[in-house]
Amino acid sequence: MGYEFDFSSVLTDQYIDWLISGVRITLLLTAGAWIIAFVIAVVLAVLRATNFRPAVWLVAVFVEVHQNIPLLVQVLFWYFAMPELLPEAWRDWLVRNNSEFILAMIAIAMCTAAYMSEALRSGLRAVPVTQYEAGRSFGFNYLQTMSYIVVPQALRLSVPPMVNHSLLLFKNTSIAMAIGVHELTYQTRQIDSDTFRTFEVFLVATGLYLVLSFIIMFVGNLIERRFSMGTR
Amino acid sequence: MLEIVQNNWTLLLVGQYPAGPLGGIVATLLLAIAGLALAFPFAILLAVARLSPYRWVNWPATAVVNIVRGMPFLMVIFWSYFALPILIGRPLSGFWTLVGALVLYESAYLAEIIRAGIQALPRGQEEAARSLGFGYFRTLTFVILPQALYNSLPALIGQFVSLIKETSLGYVISVNEFTYAASQLNSQLLVRPVEVFSILAITYFIVCFALTQSARWVEQRIARTRQGKSSGMQIQTNPLATEPMP
Repeated sequence: MGYEFDFSSVLTDQYIDWLISGVRITLLLTAGAWIIAFVIAVVLAVLRATNFRPAVWLVAVFVEVHQNIPLLVQVLFWYFAMPELLPEAWRDWLVRNNSEFILAMIAIAMCTAAYMSEALRSGLRAVPVTQYEAGRSFGFNYLQTMSYIVVPQALRLSVPPMVNHSLLLFKNTSIAMAIGVHELTYQTRQIDSDTFRTFEVFLVATGLYLVLSFIIMFVGNLIERRFSMGTR
Repeated sequence: MLEIVQNNWTLLLVGQYPAGPLGGIVATLLLAIAGLALAFPFAILLAVARLSPYRWVNWPATAVVNIVRGMPFLMVIFWSYFALPILIGRPLSGFWTLVGALVLYESAYLAEIIRAGIQALPRGQEEAARSLGFGYFRTLTFVILPQALYNSLPALIGQFVSLIKETSLGYVISVNEFTYAASQLNSQLLVRPVEVFSILAITYFIVCFALTQSARWVEQRIARTRQGKSSGMQIQTNPLATEPMP
């Protein structure tokens, strides 16, 4: 192929600025969505563990709905349909405060929360009941048994799937470009249509995504090793 | 909402099909099926290569899997969009561009599922086949893969659901599929986004939920069959024991 690579026309100061701001938004989106997702996931997992029928059922519906609809459709729904359902004042506030970013963050967080709550739940279920019984027979009450014995073990067991979902969350932030959030994929396309240096700019962007993904995988591995219980 | 479906069900079902390109939910399903079917052979090769004891075989396979796992699917779609026509030397329709992206991306994920299936088999299976005189490839094709693929069937159905969900990203490069059809409908009707996107979400939900439920059913069935098999094996092995039990 007679294609001459020319990275210099892509890596000018202006375009490097665009790429950096893209990475910044991608990371902000990842961090914001992760925190929201984790909080919701913990609440969902706790609700599901209560054995209170309506709560369990509600959590199950939440999880199934968010796992069986494409994330893009959820993002589009939040962006196009949700503002119509919100009160006027909220809508104005959203429009004034970068609604794309906020709505994309909520959509991605809700979807990830469904997966994370399942990870936490399977961690809880994997702790043998005898651990709970042993705790109780030592004289701990329900809350003490849960917080000192069951939950710490459950969290350790759910570290690997949580790391996996964090990586997926990071990659899924690219979907936010569909509603015009200026994250890395969006900026890449902008530079592409500015310079027509398609291969160069996509190579750079892919490299950036890979580096960030590998950092997440590496940190995830460290955490997994730190918290692994050993095989028994 | 019903009246929108009544007036536009052909667009949502098959797109502009007889007059134009196939679209709608039918195209979404065809995309997912084509992607899965074409990714499968590559996935098996990758899985087997990753388990190879030779470093020059398993190292490149591991690298491919990790690189693909580190890329957002949208990036893979754009690569397929720009690079595939150049690689094969002629323009490609949106449908096959998306299939190309799905094959590349899903090969890596399917490979991990198949690898896990192979690793979950007891080592005795391979040892038995080898000691019966089977070579490496015959052991793989007649003993290991049939069992590994059967056992990973639930995970494979789950991955098919992922494929269906991933085809929605074809929307970004204007591939005629279900999400694209709905967004066309949305810009036609203009003032009814809640209804249009609800129809879109509900339809995806019905299709994907039915499949995930069937995956769960298959999983239970497989678990039951395996239990039956293992108890059957015990009965068979006892009469063959030559050593008297202590």
